[in-house]
Amino acid sequence: MIYFILICILFLLMIAASVYAIVQKDLLYAVMATGIISLILSILYYLLQAPDVALTEAAIGVALTTIIFVITIRNTVRMEDETDKKEKFKSAVK
Amino acid sequence: MKKVLVILLLAILGYYTAFTFFGIGFGQPHFVSGIQPVKDIYLAQTVKSLKVSNAVTSIVVNFRGFDTLGEVTVLFLAVTVLGSLLYKKRHEVGQRSVLFSSSSIVTAGSKLLFPAIILLGVYVFVHGHLSPGGGFQGGVIIATGFLLMLLAYENYSVSHTALSIVESLAGITFAGVGLLGFMHGGTFLQNFLPTGVMNNLFSGGIIPIIYIAVGFKVGAELTGVIYTVLHEKGQSNG
Repeated sequence: MIYFILICILFLLMIAASVYAIVQKDLLYAVMATGIISLILSILYYLLQAPDVALTEAAIGVALTTIIFVITIRNTVRMEDETDKKEKFKSAVK
Repeated sequence: MKKVLVILLLAILGYYTAFTFFGIGFGQPHFVSGIQPVKDIYLAQTVKSLKVSNAVTSIVVNFRGFDTLGEVTVLFLAVTVLGSLLYKKRHEVGQRSVLFSSSSIVTAGSKLLFPAIILLGVYVFVHGHLSPGGGFQGGVIIATGFLLMLLAYENYSVSHTALSIVESLAGITFAGVGLLGFMHGGTFLQNFLPTGVMNNLFSGGIIPIIYIAVGFKVGAELTGVIYTVLHEKGQSNG
């Protein structure tokens, strides 16, 4: 029973982190939130008896992807630009 | 008219997806009645003839070894495309822009941690057939070790020639071991070495050889990716 509650809490944390990643305007914080999602996911894989996948998720999702995103943010812009999102979308569609 | 067509198409697609999905007998011993499930054969063969204790490794490298070769090829292609997009001539690779240099605690600590991380990565891919982990995981751990050194030291550099030699040799080893199976057993990636005693380091036939090759390949590729991305100059503030 306590196992089930632990898994439920981890799932809720994952959903909260993903919502935070979408809402957050500062992209660095959003990338950190996606890293937390990967971390919780790897714990969940371990609890669900898939240690191979947990290792992969911990190494690639937490470390490598987060670092590459952080380097990309450092080389581009940090804050999300929302002033003319609709115009950008329209021109992209055309 | 267009919207109606799209909705109609989605409805047809959804109907057949749901139809297929509910046709699968989840939780029942046989997905399709009358046929022995493939997982039983795999689990029995893993212990009986391959003598490998990690069933995931035996499936990934032996029963589905061709798929693993495909995965390695996909990673190789992705790295090649990234390298060709961010290609710089040798003399253009200079000092990369750093906001502030790292303190002596960080440099000394990463110097201490680097051999331990590399050892962990090597352990993970050498023991791929005994414990959880394998070539991909070990390679990524090695790449994170190099990432630590690259972040701590501003002018730490990795030789691209050495990386490409290691990567090519590992790829050739994988394909060569696969081709040797033709000479011995008759199929690609056939296990032709003696399997040995279960739970020994030298057991499992060709599985450790292939995983060591995959570990070197993935480690070299991802180290190259990190090095290339770190030395890319930014548009706005780089």
